[in-house]
Amino acid sequence: MIQADRLCIQAGGFHLTDLSFHVPQGAYCVLMGRTGSGKTTLLESICGLKPIAGGRLLLDDRDACKLKPAARGIGLVPQDGALFYTMTVRQHLEFALRIRRWNKADIARRIGELAELIELEPLLDRRPRGLSGGERQRVALGRALAFRPRILCMDEPISALDDESRNHLVGLLKRVQQDTGVTALHVTHNRQEADQLADLHLQIVDGRVEQSQHA
Amino acid sequence: MTARMRTPSQAERTGIEKSRSDVPFYAGLGILASVYLVLIASLIVADVYYATKESSRVWEVLASPEIRYAIKLSLISCSISAIASLWVAVPIGYLMSRYTFRGKLVVDALLDIPIFLPPLVVGLSLLILFRQTFLYRVDDALLISLHIPAVILAQFSVSSAFAVRSLRETFDEISPRSEQVALTLGCSRSQAFWSVVMPEARHGLLTAGTLAWARSFGEFGPILIFAGSTRMRTEVLPVSVHLEHSSGNTAGAVGVSLLMVVVAVIVLVVVRLLGGSDTLGRGFK
Repeated sequence: MIQADRLCIQAGGFHLTDLSFHVPQGAYCVLMGRTGSGKTTLLESICGLKPIAGGRLLLDDRDACKLKPAARGIGLVPQDGALFYTMTVRQHLEFALRIRRWNKADIARRIGELAELIELEPLLDRRPRGLSGGERQRVALGRALAFRPRILCMDEPISALDDESRNHLVGLLKRVQQDTGVTALHVTHNRQEADQLADLHLQIVDGRVEQSQHA
Repeated sequence: MTARMRTPSQAERTGIEKSRSDVPFYAGLGILASVYLVLIASLIVADVYYATKESSRVWEVLASPEIRYAIKLSLISCSISAIASLWVAVPIGYLMSRYTFRGKLVVDALLDIPIFLPPLVVGLSLLILFRQTFLYRVDDALLISLHIPAVILAQFSVSSAFAVRSLRETFDEISPRSEQVALTLGCSRSQAFWSVVMPEARHGLLTAGTLAWARSFGEFGPILIFAGSTRMRTEVLPVSVHLEHSSGNTAGAVGVSLLMVVVAVIVLVVVRLLGGSDTLGRGFK
């Protein structure tokens, strides 16, 4: 669950004030807005990568305003994937689990689950260089979901893909979100993508958030 | 009588009179580039020619205990100063690349001073610092100036500036986005730095280390003033060239110079083999 109460964000040239919205647990929420409206800034603030100047942010009923990114339990999928170029796909999936000191057997089991869920089995021993755009985003998604976060934030994860990969990933995202029950916050400016995925729409208009339930 | 439609010529269709040749462009590039390449090659050929002519005197100098000592001191002091340079260049390069802070412009200018300052001035300033300030007590106790530590300190003072510049470029090229993702995955800043940033910076580290090593290897001015040119004590290879030349033994000076060229080439090739073909290209951009 993501609950924002009169959230104020000041980052660079952005001034977002009085942002209030509620994303229930397990919902697929799409955040839209014009280019430069502050969608990515809001997403990064929720993840703890940009400071929150005022208001209250509750993540699963915990006040998260002062929490470090690591403590927020949010999986992040950036627009470009931001993969780690020295690591294999398997190491990407292991990353968050090793940080959490999972034992080897549990890590292996979790990687098996993820590889099946996100169709990564054939890619496990490859490195990011040479992967297609769709494959990169699947790796980024697997890496973000590995530690079973309660919230998944995605910044235009499929905007740079061709139509075929985009359609495939839309289906995959919907299925993964339903299977895992994760609360998804997905930034996009593609109306069709939003209609296919969203249970809930958020729209940034003139520095304010408008919320609407998907019909 | 029907008027015939005139077919537009190629020039009329494209607005370009004729297809222009690229040959003059490439010829111009080639000629200008070759001026410098020929100069460098000529320097080496001239040295080799002279050394061959005076080979007996060259071998005599190269086999002398003084030059053997200078080779050993050069290799050891350059390696120490290159490693020390990396220890300061990594944090400085990272901070300068990632953060904006008050006074950053001043720090930036300060970091470039050893690059723009004449090497002799660096040496003189080191001497003043260690002999004319309260640090003279440290100098007296640890025997820095005019001793081997002065050689390393003089090399380090200049080579670090190059390593910092090189590593800053490396960190600039690494997207902060990967680091941010690592933070959301559970890393502390330190864990993200060591597990994501440093592995991605490995080529840049090798390049910066090589640059610092090469810079230290050729350093002369600051060493001459701060460490002196005492044989079998503070004599590194550039100092040997100076001493041989000053004593009228040009053949010996040329022999040592060629030795330095050979050592430098070996180091560059080894680093390139260790770090992949793109290692040196990145840092020297």
